[in-house]
Amino acid sequence: MAEAAFKARAHGALNDDHLRGALRTATDVLGMMRPVSLQDLADPDAVRDTARTIRKRMVADLPRVLDRFVENVDAVGGTVFRAANGDAAVAYIVGIAQQRGARVVAKGKSMASEEIHLNAGLEAAGVTVVETDLGEFIIQLAGETPSHIIAPAIHKTRYDVAELFTADAAARGETGAPVAPDIPAEFAYARSRLREAFLEADIGVTGVNFAVAETGSICLVENEGNGRMCTTLPRVHIAVMGMERIVETWDELDVMLNVLARSATGQPLSVYTNILTGPRRVDDVDGPEELHVVILDNGRSAIRGTKFEDVLDCIRCGACLNVCPVYRNVGGHAYNAVYSGPIGAVLTPLLRPDDPEARELSQASSLCGACWEACPVRIPLHEMLLDLRARDAPGDGGATRRIGFSLWSWLWSTRAGFVATKVASRVGRRVGRRARRAPGWAGAWLSTREAPK
Amino acid sequence: MVVFPTCLVELVAPAVGQAVVRALEARGYTVTVGRGATCCGQPAWNAGYVKDARRVARRTAKALDRTTGPVVVPSGSCAAMMHEYWPELLGESGVGVASRVVEFSAFLGAGADVQARPAGDGVAYHDSCHMLRSLGIKEEPRRLLGGTAELSERCCGFGGTFSVKLPEVSTAMADEKLDEVVAAGCDTLVGCDLSCLMHLDGRARRRGLGLTVRHLAEVLADG
Repeated sequence: MAEAAFKARAHGALNDDHLRGALRTATDVLGMMRPVSLQDLADPDAVRDTARTIRKRMVADLPRVLDRFVENVDAVGGTVFRAANGDAAVAYIVGIAQQRGARVVAKGKSMASEEIHLNAGLEAAGVTVVETDLGEFIIQLAGETPSHIIAPAIHKTRYDVAELFTADAAARGETGAPVAPDIPAEFAYARSRLREAFLEADIGVTGVNFAVAETGSICLVENEGNGRMCTTLPRVHIAVMGMERIVETWDELDVMLNVLARSATGQPLSVYTNILTGPRRVDDVDGPEELHVVILDNGRSAIRGTKFEDVLDCIRCGACLNVCPVYRNVGGHAYNAVYSGPIGAVLTPLLRPDDPEARELSQASSLCGACWEACPVRIPLHEMLLDLRARDAPGDGGATRRIGFSLWSWLWSTRAGFVATKVASRVGRRVGRRARRAPGWAGAWLSTREAPK
Repeated sequence: MVVFPTCLVELVAPAVGQAVVRALEARGYTVTVGRGATCCGQPAWNAGYVKDARRVARRTAKALDRTTGPVVVPSGSCAAMMHEYWPELLGESGVGVASRVVEFSAFLGAGADVQARPAGDGVAYHDSCHMLRSLGIKEEPRRLLGGTAELSERCCGFGGTFSVKLPEVSTAMADEKLDEVVAAGCDTLVGCDLSCLMHLDGRARRRGLGLTVRHLAEVLADG
């Protein structure tokens, strides 16, 4: 079956009331904030259209805009590494850590670094990695992966967090009372714990929300100040960006920032909007001595120029996750992919075309279109899911489905064949009126629902 | 004017088809039913079996092409399939019929001169996703129905073969929708797409919720 693995993981999630409660509360809040905050804009639809136009132009003109960015990073004293794939990116970053004798890396939130499994690479080289975004820190302690693009620990409640923090304190040999399951106590624990990491870290690694080509700058949005710490305290700052994460000008950045935080969390602007241009200059009071920007391809250029190109317009706001009724019920881990929800269901099989489990994800949607409606740059995700199904389903769905659909289309391409089905279905429903079991799809229907009267 | 009842209405709820005709005739329209049509091809199209979708859609397009005037379709998702995807799926031969397709409530609601029922009498209206988001039909059914309880615009979880490929996820979505209906104190759920309604009704009956699930046409034809 072309959806077996997803189905099994979804089963686990659906039977976890605790998880579903946490997901519903969190997605309800995020989903409600977005439309409200977009109303602050004089003409939200026009801003979204402009944002979409900018993104499309960037993707169409990507090689030139990237060259301009690279040239300007170079001009302000940064170093750029273009990584064809995840392994190359990790090898480069591990190489820097080793050359600088780094023991501790403080990390800001970065989905691109998740995509390349950077933490595992650094840890294998003996480097301690501390995630400093609160959500990322929580799931690092839990030994899990992010379950949401912008809210990685969306599936955890404060009770879960209290347990994790208490266990962490014990493991570090701290004696004292357990961390209480209330938010201020948890903040206090995280703050003192992370402060240590910032001061110890030899290298700060972050993602990039937007690179700005005209000045070689990188823009980093965050709410906790940890991104600013990671980019100013350690001697070396390494920023990892997907190659499409770029705008050409500050004016374009302005438009994108207008929709990013609003779509993500319903904030007009995130609490911290950092724009960094090169490493520390002579008269700067702080900042890293070295800046490296890793530009990651990892399958992206292969998407350019195909019918799926629009997926590169994504600005990773997570709005599609918050409105997706499937995500809302099963959570991010059911997707078993770095990017979950509707964007993950489209992006994952494009980045991993040879992985049958990734190709399953296009099935994880009722094609309701809520993602498309919420997307600030109007990516037609539901259409792309259809296109992916058309690409993969006939091959991956197996012979039974292929033959089934073929028989169906043969019958229903004539009125006589249709009438025959009509009679058969009436007889079938009469005979099996009280049936709760049936083979195949009829059985799947009856497992939770009555047959039509 | 011609009515294309859709496969699901013919297969599991012929009464809805009859109600559509009665509702239209009661408002002075002369109704013919598209002879020889079967299905718009949506089940296979949404599942990714494009060739099979085309084979079935071609049959229905051919049958409807012999008629004239608006093609009234009492299903939001079928109307969206025909209107949005037939030109792409069938090429030139799909364009003519596609441009004539009108969803039932949009057809009647456009010039609605209907007595609005009072609000708060236990009727909730369910927006079907393709009707709402692809066709942008939101006001017309409400105008025709009068006062209704407002539910979220979240999908009910039918989604064609999605409902049987991932039945548990599909059912969780139905449950959330049904819980909303119950919480709103409603005992009747009305919609414009039999696929959603069949799914919600099947789930409501399994749960023993005692809900009456009806197509808008039945409400309009029979009060």
